[in-house]
Amino acid sequence: MNTATFSLSTMAPAVPEIVLALLIFTLMIVDLTLRDEDRHVTYWLTLLSLVGTAVLCCFTIGRASVVTFQGMFVSDVMSQVLKAATLLTVAATLLLGRSYLEARRLLSGEFMCLALFGALGMMIMISAHHFLTLYLGLELMALSQYATVSLQRDSVRATEAGMKYFVLGALSSGLLLYGLSMIYGATGSLELTRVAYAIEHGQAQQALAVFGLVFVVAGVAFKLGAAPFHMWIPDVYHGAATPATLIVGAAPKIATFAFIMRLLANGLQGMTADWQQMLAVLAVASIALGNVVAIAQTNLKRMLAYSTISHMGFLALGIMAGTDNGYSSAMFYLITYVVMTLGSFGMILLLARSGFEAEEISDFKGLNQKSKWYAFVMLVLMFSLTGLPPTAGFFAKLAVLQAAWESGFGGIVVFAVLMSVIGAFYYLRIVKVMYMDAPAGEITIDGRADTRWTLTAMALITLILGIVPGPLMDLCVRAITAAM
Amino acid sequence: MFQGYVLSLTIWVPIAFGIAVLVIGNDKNPMPARWTALVGSLLGLAVGLPLWTGFQPVADMQFTEMIPWIARFNVNYHLGVDGISMPLILLNSLMTIMVVVAHWEVITDKVSQYLAAFLIMSGLINGAFASLDAILFYVFFEAMLIPMFLIIGVWGGPNRVYAAVKFFLYTLLGSLLMLASFIYLYWQTNGSFEILDFHRVPLGETAQKLIFLAMFMSFAVKVPMWPVHTWLPDAHVEAPTGGSVILAAITLKIGGYGFLRFNLPITPDASHYFDLFMVTLSLVAVVYIGLVALVQADMKKLIAYSSISHMGFVTLGFFIFNANGMLGGIVQMLSHGFISAAMFLCVGVLYDRVHSRMIADYGGVANKMPVFAAFFVFFAMANSGLPGTSGFVGEFMVIMGTIKVNFWWAFLAATTLIFGAAYTLWMVKRVVYGAVANDHVAALQDVNKRELVFLAVLAVLVLWMGLQPKPFTDVINPTIQELLRHVGQSKLG
Repeated sequence: MNTATFSLSTMAPAVPEIVLALLIFTLMIVDLTLRDEDRHVTYWLTLLSLVGTAVLCCFTIGRASVVTFQGMFVSDVMSQVLKAATLLTVAATLLLGRSYLEARRLLSGEFMCLALFGALGMMIMISAHHFLTLYLGLELMALSQYATVSLQRDSVRATEAGMKYFVLGALSSGLLLYGLSMIYGATGSLELTRVAYAIEHGQAQQALAVFGLVFVVAGVAFKLGAAPFHMWIPDVYHGAATPATLIVGAAPKIATFAFIMRLLANGLQGMTADWQQMLAVLAVASIALGNVVAIAQTNLKRMLAYSTISHMGFLALGIMAGTDNGYSSAMFYLITYVVMTLGSFGMILLLARSGFEAEEISDFKGLNQKSKWYAFVMLVLMFSLTGLPPTAGFFAKLAVLQAAWESGFGGIVVFAVLMSVIGAFYYLRIVKVMYMDAPAGEITIDGRADTRWTLTAMALITLILGIVPGPLMDLCVRAITAAM
Repeated sequence: MFQGYVLSLTIWVPIAFGIAVLVIGNDKNPMPARWTALVGSLLGLAVGLPLWTGFQPVADMQFTEMIPWIARFNVNYHLGVDGISMPLILLNSLMTIMVVVAHWEVITDKVSQYLAAFLIMSGLINGAFASLDAILFYVFFEAMLIPMFLIIGVWGGPNRVYAAVKFFLYTLLGSLLMLASFIYLYWQTNGSFEILDFHRVPLGETAQKLIFLAMFMSFAVKVPMWPVHTWLPDAHVEAPTGGSVILAAITLKIGGYGFLRFNLPITPDASHYFDLFMVTLSLVAVVYIGLVALVQADMKKLIAYSSISHMGFVTLGFFIFNANGMLGGIVQMLSHGFISAAMFLCVGVLYDRVHSRMIADYGGVANKMPVFAAFFVFFAMANSGLPGTSGFVGEFMVIMGTIKVNFWWAFLAATTLIFGAAYTLWMVKRVVYGAVANDHVAALQDVNKRELVFLAVLAVLVLWMGLQPKPFTDVINPTIQELLRHVGQSKLG
């Protein structure tokens, strides 16, 4: 370790993180000097920081993989792509949520800074190459999110959701840490390459490592929201203010995916056969539970929460394949899933107004009569979540299913396919309500241009990825090849 | 100059016009949308005409187009037609015109969305018939569900939502299993989704049986075969006239087409293994559903059951593995396309005036609508298989083919000539003949020029195909011979 001399150039791979951190600190100071009616300045500066950092990440795409900070931090194509996606997702979340937050006086410096800190945490998670950085990034993200969910102090539901999220999140972090410490004990290292080396060369204590792996997978499943570790998802999704739901439900999935890739696919590659079985159980349970329970929901946010669980099952299906084909398919699935989530929660944000949440399925009745375009937007998103062509959701499903089949999980593929017929029923219900029912109450669409254009963009991306999925798929393949 | 892109044009012209109709759509003044849709549907047929004139009577795929689409999965935008798919594409383009003409004064609610749904669907159906890549086929095949779901659910009758959801879920279940078998075949062919590669790949016995059953689920629901037919009467009864026309004339044919393009050539051994099963289901459809049709009080339901019964002939013809049966099955598909469309349009004509589909609400229509009555009786005759109409040709060939295989199967199939005549003519008798039954009937006006046009066009086609089927059979025959040769070879070795 005596070779660790400090040099500025070793920090180069982390420039986006450093820039974002500096921007956040500046923003916090600027926000202090602003009067309440000028709060939109903070909003625009936040967006600028996010988009600026995302552009910075985009410029780095294609550079060779670099491991720096004594093996703590890695920058490769996967991290560059996922970081850009994360930052843009957080930006889209804020754009979609603006009208909603304004109407409820939540458009504050705190919300913006927490969103930014969360984004920073996710970036660190994505680039982590060491158990310690993985955990630090995870906690920075999670702590910001606990606070974001509870930020609506006067809402009992939101504080309850924040509490549940915190308690269960802390529990899952505990499980994860326990598992990581076991693996440390078994392999004698916290750094991913050395852990992988130790396991592959039989220097690790097998029993101890498997024991730790169980806890690690449980912790990861908690973060992902895969059954049977899904309990917090419906309550938090439902209880949090809708923009906070998106903060919790969209971008963190990207970071968690990176986390899984680094930890399971890189670090614990030698134990693929072990975690494959665990993921198979998680995938089957999530797909079954998510799809079946979603049918019974009348609240759209809860329904989408259960649909998230089933989608995480499909994601696990891709990862469980344990091949580059599977990982890149899962990455494609993840990105399309995030776009669809942004869109479908964005629709709730669009129809919400002061004093009205628009989160019941019946609030969407007769939307086609009020606005053909937004009914069509929701139609595209719902059919994409179903996995019907010509939308992105179809190719995402096709990709993970073929990968799982290649690795010999044909039975699970057939099971997943049958379950998605059940899934089709509840997505179809939304379309039915919009197109075939008469309006129940008054529907107003007075969201700001930010919300409306972002929403339109999400629907168009879903459609375009459904017609030309090739380029994004190739990018995912490149990212995974570089990371493996 | 468009010679190389005929198939793309038949797919994308209707879709482009459909989007245009949506954009210029205006609920207060639907006329621009209507005229755009009419132009779009006429153009859709016009761009497809080179398929008929330029078609070579050989078994090879023609008018092929090939553009790489998703390199990662080796999915290509690969189009081409043979003697089976080419006539179906033209039939579909023609029926789209009928639907647009038929809606004119009838649909007044959300006109542009209605027309756009049909135009987009027309393009998607052409795409399904023309696809030579399994994923491309699947994309068109599934995307078709979306406009049809909306057509039934938005513009249908009182129980439309139930019917639309039932239609959607039945069809989706079948097609997702088919997708699973595509994925299996993709790995068996070492990474190809080409349908023609699927035809060639050797498969074990169990694999063939499973694939056959998965694809059977998908196509049997579409055909529909007994016992998975129950969505059809519901969907038909609740759908608007245009929806019924497209459902009966076109979407059912995708099921039949699927058996010929996928089941028979990909799993020839399983097809032979399951032939008795298929023949039994087909005969049940022919006989039992024919009897069910007899007791219907609702005209649309009656025609819906009659469709199932007639489609039973199609599947029967396919699974007796001789040229007569298969050719008869395809001719029957085309003929049923014309006749069922005409029957549904006739019921639509009555429904638009009286707003009832019940046979009991009519009687003596001939007194007030003589021209209409003539057409209705003519199509009813065709539906019951009168020689000289297209309905006779297909049924006769299938019976001829069947009798070579098994006399009793042919005997059971031939009962349809009696049952078909019974239910169709009995309905016509009660609706058209007799004394004027009530005030509604007394107030009826005969068909106008618009209605006369579509009825006359269909009547000419039914007669043409009935009197001179040779142009049709010449197109189909080489493909059939090749297909039969292929099905005759085992894939097991």
